[in-house]
Amino acid sequence: MCLAVPMRLETRDELSGIAEIDGVRREVSLMLVPEAQAGDWVLVHAGYAIGTVDEAEAQETLALLRQAAELSELP
Amino acid sequence: MITAQQLADPAAVRGLLGHIDAIARRLPRRVTFMEVCGTHTNAIAAAGLRRLLPPQIRLISGPGCPVCVTPVGYLDRAEALARRDDVTICTFGDLLRVPSSHGSLEQARARGADVRVVYSPRDAVAVARAAPQRTVVFLGVGFETTVPTVAAALLEAERDGVANFLVLSGHKTMPGPLRALAGDDDVAVDGFICPGHVSVITGSRAFSFLPEEFGTPAVVAGFTPTDVLRGVLALARQLVDGRAELENLYGRVVSPEGNLTAQALVARTFAPADATWRGLGAIPGSGLELRQEFAARDAARLEVPLPEPEEPAGCRCGDVLKGLIDPTDCPLFAAACTPEAPVGACMVSAEGACAAWYRHERSPGAAQ
Amino acid sequence: MTRRPDTVLLAHGGGGRLTRELVRSTFLPAFRNPALETLTDAAILEPLPAGRLALTTDAFVVDPLEFPGGDLGRLAVCGTVNDLAVAGARPVALTAAFILEEGLETALLDRLVASAARAAAAAAVPIVAGDTKVVPRGKGDGIFAVTAGLGVVPTGRDLGDHRIVPGDVILVSGPIAAHGGTIVACRHGLAGGGLESDCAPLNGLVEHLLGSGVEVHAMHDPTRGGVATTCNEVAERCNARLVLEATAIPVQPAVTAVCELLGLDPLYLACEGRLLAWVAADHAPRALQVLREHPLGREAACIGRVETAAAGGSVVLRTAYGVERPLDLLSGSEVPRIC
Repeated sequence: MCLAVPMRLETRDELSGIAEIDGVRREVSLMLVPEAQAGDWVLVHAGYAIGTVDEAEAQETLALLRQAAELSELP
Repeated sequence: MITAQQLADPAAVRGLLGHIDAIARRLPRRVTFMEVCGTHTNAIAAAGLRRLLPPQIRLISGPGCPVCVTPVGYLDRAEALARRDDVTICTFGDLLRVPSSHGSLEQARARGADVRVVYSPRDAVAVARAAPQRTVVFLGVGFETTVPTVAAALLEAERDGVANFLVLSGHKTMPGPLRALAGDDDVAVDGFICPGHVSVITGSRAFSFLPEEFGTPAVVAGFTPTDVLRGVLALARQLVDGRAELENLYGRVVSPEGNLTAQALVARTFAPADATWRGLGAIPGSGLELRQEFAARDAARLEVPLPEPEEPAGCRCGDVLKGLIDPTDCPLFAAACTPEAPVGACMVSAEGACAAWYRHERSPGAAQ
Repeated sequence: MTRRPDTVLLAHGGGGRLTRELVRSTFLPAFRNPALETLTDAAILEPLPAGRLALTTDAFVVDPLEFPGGDLGRLAVCGTVNDLAVAGARPVALTAAFILEEGLETALLDRLVASAARAAAAAAVPIVAGDTKVVPRGKGDGIFAVTAGLGVVPTGRDLGDHRIVPGDVILVSGPIAAHGGTIVACRHGLAGGGLESDCAPLNGLVEHLLGSGVEVHAMHDPTRGGVATTCNEVAERCNARLVLEATAIPVQPAVTAVCELLGLDPLYLACEGRLLAWVAADHAPRALQVLREHPLGREAACIGRVETAAAGGSVVLRTAYGVERPLDLLSGSEVPRIC
């Protein structure tokens, strides 16, 4: 019961903001992540941001996956 | 930022499978890893990951589907409330087709009940706002990922004076059943894949009792194919190395302490209570009920006639949820119990182990 | 001269003066054609071209009534035209009956009717007969449309599932699930990203494809229940195994995003302006080329093939990782979920 999608927070006001992924937009509540700023990536579940996505960790994961992909190309 | 495509990259998946194959050869025997999140169950089934793993690694689904573990008593109460003329039921789509003693909410709607599917608890507050003369009951099911959203919606209703927004809490929390499973001698699980989004709220620390108290390896993993496979790989490595640790592999959204704001909102609105888990029985302190000060919003206080709850005969959902049997071992599977005519909740919810198995794992003529 | 009422009244369905006014002021001007304008009990048509007759009927219910890319009016016309077109029939005439709920805004009715007229003009098919009834407030979802479509299958043309054989290739004319995805997005506060219904009349595309001489065995439009449901129906009728390639199925990024957010599978969401074609294997590359020449087929793709079934019909999806999994009929329609 964890369907949550990372979306980019475009704009925000006090308690909610507009989040976007692939051009699709929805109003999301920021009551659970009040510190999120416009431009942050947030994880959205049931119309609420429940956390922010850490850019550095995301890059680390990307690097790990690239390594794994390279391994798969070895004979 | 990392994209969904990158996280599903077939080359990365192949590479991870190569690592898993290599480490699996060093395992002393066949091992069983359990995931405990309905979203994991469906993601694994949709990508066909189970069949890609080497035979030494068996991946099973535990009690991670909130719909499947919701007892019939809750569903009966929801259905009875739906039949009241003054009540509008708002529910996540997941519950719409789950059978109660008197049929599902979808069937109740067909008979004239006002039942609406919402994507967000906020949408239910909006329904209440727009119809002050109706009593709007939101069916609160879901684990720690979802509870904060319901708490926030309730507090928003409080703040704005939307008095007709009520919640029927069927919420449950994760550590309880995991403890029960880890401590159950019948259940032989060698490693746990812990729910990634529950962990966003609770923090990865919430699951450290698994290695610390039970010596069982555990990982926190996300839901994309590469996330799941990284989880399997890490568990296999722990076993080969003789380690038992909690590894957080979903650091891009999960921290050790979790979302403190969300935890505080939940603490303000809900209090731990004993709860019954369909198939597992009563687990103390594993449920959540509305705090006393919100009694006026507690739909459980509304008077409705209730039938004696019955567990359907022959149903082995409980054993499936504990990972003791595969869905195909249940005598009712794909015979008396199908997605069109489900007997137990494991078949109704698309994420239920049996429904997911039926949709994705039954393979007439599928390649090996 | 009385001012037109702002909303539909029960009396508009009574058959008297108000009904006549409604027909003359709303439907007649929009659907203007000789057969309709006689306003008698039945439309009398000119003799039909040679060939077998095709007749279809459809009912249309949609919420919301207006959505990005279309509305109930457009949907009703395109849906009926497309049923004829995928059967290989050239549409000749349509009928349209509307059941209106008391209280429906006449301005909204005007827009829906005008949209239906535009769609009919785009398909070059007249709406020759119609009817209107009004039901009391609360007894109808604004407006329901029921249509019939008459067409002619030219002599010598024979399309249908009976012609599908193992080895046939399955083509789709463009990205899937745009209609269903747009509707569900509207209902749950999602918008943007170019999300709009794919609702369109396919008779032009069909004639272009069939006119090229490519060997097409059968066609279907994957409406309610989406591509997966349509393929399951074909598999059952043909006792064949259909294999779809996950990575080959075109889906717009915005539609994928909506599905991810709401927990839906695009393979089960409706398309209202796409066709699936079962084509002889060696004709497939040429068929793809021909489809892509047409504005409605620019993103046509090959999405799977037909194999002999061991026992009974089935549909499987080959995932990005090379594993096959069953793609069954759903027990109910897809609903947004959180799990």
